Amino acid sequence: MDPRPSTILRIAQPLRSLVQRFTYLGLVVAAFGLMLIGKIDTVIVDRVRAEVINGTAPILDALSRPIQTVHELIDTASSAIDMRAENERLREENVRLLQWQMVARKLQADNTALSKLLQVVPETPATYMSARVIASARGTYGNSMVLNAGSAHGVRKGQAVLGEAGFIGRIADVSSRASRVLLLTDVSSRIPVVLEASRARALLVGGNVNRPRLVFVTPGTRISPSERIVTSGDGNAFPAGLPVGVVASVTDNSIEVQLFADYDRLEYVRIGDFGLDGLVDRHAAGDAR
Amino acid sequence: MNVAFWQRIDQSARGVTPFLLSVGLVLLSVVPLPMPGFAPIVPAFALMSIYHWAIYRPNLMPLSAVFVLGLLYDLLTGAPVGLFTLVFLTVYGVALTQRRFIAGKSFFIYWFGFAIIALGAAIESWALASLWHLTLLDTQAVLFQYLVALGIFPLVAWIFLKWQQTLLIER
Repeated sequence: MDPRPSTILRIAQPLRSLVQRFTYLGLVVAAFGLMLIGKIDTVIVDRVRAEVINGTAPILDALSRPIQTVHELIDTASSAIDMRAENERLREENVRLLQWQMVARKLQADNTALSKLLQVVPETPATYMSARVIASARGTYGNSMVLNAGSAHGVRKGQAVLGEAGFIGRIADVSSRASRVLLLTDVSSRIPVVLEASRARALLVGGNVNRPRLVFVTPGTRISPSERIVTSGDGNAFPAGLPVGVVASVTDNSIEVQLFADYDRLEYVRIGDFGLDGLVDRHAAGDAR
Repeated sequence: MNVAFWQRIDQSARGVTPFLLSVGLVLLSVVPLPMPGFAPIVPAFALMSIYHWAIYRPNLMPLSAVFVLGLLYDLLTGAPVGLFTLVFLTVYGVALTQRRFIAGKSFFIYWFGFAIIALGAAIESWALASLWHLTLLDTQAVLFQYLVALGIFPLVAWIFLKWQQTLLIER
């Protein structure tokens, strides 16, 4: 071999490791800086996040499909096995629901009559859009889901997202073809709620664990387990009355809530447009979306 | 367009596979799995990949790639941006310093090395996230996430070792 490259190498090698060491330090500092920026200015981070989600959405969409298909197959097979028992159960449930339907009809008639009598301002009728969950990250470091609907489909930041059984979260980032839902269990989620029976107001606060907690409960309220919790509509960000969950446990220092929504089984969700532009949108007024 | 040219293309195409595999693992972490109770303990699969390539082929997993992977992970999972970027960089740096004790030794040592480094990563990520949110986050899920990662590691590592032996033969 030519002796020259080896001489160059002898000088270049320590230089290279020095440069590498500096790059390493630089990147560590950059990561720290990103964490700080994320703490100070969430708008920039949200926008970058939205763009990355937009870019990866087609891949995530493709990846989530086979798993869902397998899941559906298993579901079909297991429902075929206990079809008889299921049929029996549904029959009973149907009888019960028919009674409820009568009650609901009567209540609705009463409600309409009373509203007319009192000249209540009618609420804007809601429109819903269904979207598929294409990614989901839940745990100690964050709780969110990515949906395959974005601003191109009419999704806007701050809209309420509902699962089969109840409220699951709000739209946090929107890109053109995908959006991210901040779940109620996320540590940065704060939702004004009301206890259905006592009408006491509270704030539902996530903690990156399965059960969010209630804080700032109206003083002097007696809270009993299994009391239903619905959104209060305060702040005009979400409509009142979306089902959230039930009180699971009451201890001296925390009130835990069991959510109606089963995050493990969510495949499709509904994004509700209630014609509201409350706190969330006003807060994000600087955001171009 | 001679043979050497195509060989170079072929070599560099093989060279980016570790990075692409790692991107795949990042995406795998956020694929919704309909398994009750599993979602909070899905491990950061990409951590295994970074550990593996830092030990065996650091030249195929440059620092910038580690940074990008961490950033992608943070952005997709909704974790504070920069958190796992920092954790991935730490794992990479620590694994690099320990590679002569681990590379080429028995699989058990390789696994044991991961166990220690991943434990450090779990503690680091928990501490950073707690600091970022200014609350003490739940430790139970972190512990189980760590244990799941330990359990899955041999499978992922085996795939990587095979990949490396068949596709990335050093000349």
